[in-house]
Amino acid sequence: MIGDLTKKNIIDSVKTGVRIDGRKIDEFRPIKIETGVVTKAEGSAMVELGKSKVIVGIKMGIGEPFSDRPDQGVLMTNAELTAMSANEFEPGPPSPDAIELARVIDRAIRESKVIDLEKLCVKKGEQVWMIFVDIYTINADGNIFDAGVLGAFAALATAKIPVLKDGVVDREAAAKKSLPLDGKVVSTTFAKLGDKIVVDPIRKEELSMEARLTIGVKDGNIVSLQKGGEGGFNKKELEEMFERSLKHSKALLKTLG
Amino acid sequence: MAEERPKYLIKAGKRLDGRKPGDARPMKIETGVIENAEGSAMVEFGKTKVVAAVYGPRDIHPKHMMRSNRTLVRARYDMLPFSVEDRKRPGPGRREREISKVLSETLNTAVFVEKFPRTAIDVFISVIQADASTRVAGLNAASVAMADAGLPMRDLVVSTSFGKIHDEKGKGHMVVDVFKPEDNWGMADIAYAKLPNLDKYVLLQMDGNVTKDEFFKGLEMADKSLDDIYKAQVAALKKKYMEGSK
Repeated sequence: MIGDLTKKNIIDSVKTGVRIDGRKIDEFRPIKIETGVVTKAEGSAMVELGKSKVIVGIKMGIGEPFSDRPDQGVLMTNAELTAMSANEFEPGPPSPDAIELARVIDRAIRESKVIDLEKLCVKKGEQVWMIFVDIYTINADGNIFDAGVLGAFAALATAKIPVLKDGVVDREAAAKKSLPLDGKVVSTTFAKLGDKIVVDPIRKEELSMEARLTIGVKDGNIVSLQKGGEGGFNKKELEEMFERSLKHSKALLKTLG
Repeated sequence: MAEERPKYLIKAGKRLDGRKPGDARPMKIETGVIENAEGSAMVEFGKTKVVAAVYGPRDIHPKHMMRSNRTLVRARYDMLPFSVEDRKRPGPGRREREISKVLSETLNTAVFVEKFPRTAIDVFISVIQADASTRVAGLNAASVAMADAGLPMRDLVVSTSFGKIHDEKGKGHMVVDVFKPEDNWGMADIAYAKLPNLDKYVLLQMDGNVTKDEFFKGLEMADKSLDDIYKAQVAALKKKYMEGSK
């Protein structure tokens, strides 16, 4: 929840071209990505997007493929808006917000086909690699979508596949092989505040926004979209956000190294 | 049901079910199908069949969701166990929960929510038979059901899908109203909704891979189809009240 006055301040501030945190309309917060923060995990990353802090861990195991995709590895994405990361979050089963977050991040990773799931088949119809991507907020200050995609990709890019011995994972053996990756994916999230559209909203801006759009981009193509919020965009605004997301995605790719 | 990916989904401008790229499936909209509800509707997009019912404004439970200055439109999208090939476990999974969330947000954009403080408007959407584009069919049903309930709305919500499907050379083509094979094996699919008189896109979700130009080409084709859906929604609402006045 957010008070009407704060909301008005935020929207008035955007009108002047300077947001309440001093940023310009089309400016991302500083990004810091650190990988390998959890050595027990197959891959991991800590992402800081301004004050938003997200940790992502990858674990892998052997499991059965889905019956309609017998020769493909399985990707599972889970996200938790932890109670420790903001006053408004509560412990318990995942909220609709957390489910949406996980599915939006999953969509960017899956639909961009950055992971070649067919190369993660061990025995068709019986054994495939399962990749579990777990995204946890440490401090939630808005735009966990983009921070989560950055973290998930950075963790996947540095993950090592465990050694398989007679169909069983051997955790003693040193894992050396990287995941079969093809390209990189990033996402850009926008929020509509008054008649302006800002990029990378902080939490207060998210609580004041009319509508939100997350755009997943790979190689200059759009791979995923998710609109949120109780408002809408016109066609011109959509075109504007698509253009801006292509520009931002270049900068975001650089942060992934 | 591990089917092979078809060699093509469109050939010489014809889709697997014979439709042209811009063609929607035969559509049917009927209101007042659930007498107990304040408003209701049934929508068919080809083999996709959904019903929606509206209850409220009424007391809100759980109480902590109550808002002193507005009502909450809460959509609950549910796929019935027998609506799909392999039986779906009853009850909402993660997919249904996400869809319910975005559909709720979409429906809230259309209703003057400030008119009914401290209440809830519950919109139940059941997919009876699924042949893709179920959430957008569901939104159309919800829109008509809400209007049938007499709720004060700024516009109807009209909704459809579009996608990108491959021809025999692997080239992508934009098409309107995707059905199951196109959903399963296509290169992209987009579900969206619009408040037509306000020219606002209020739902937008995409999986796949498209260029910016492809997206807007598909959107333009689909927007044409929305005109027909809007007319069909209005006709269905009129029909009920014309008959009622006899």
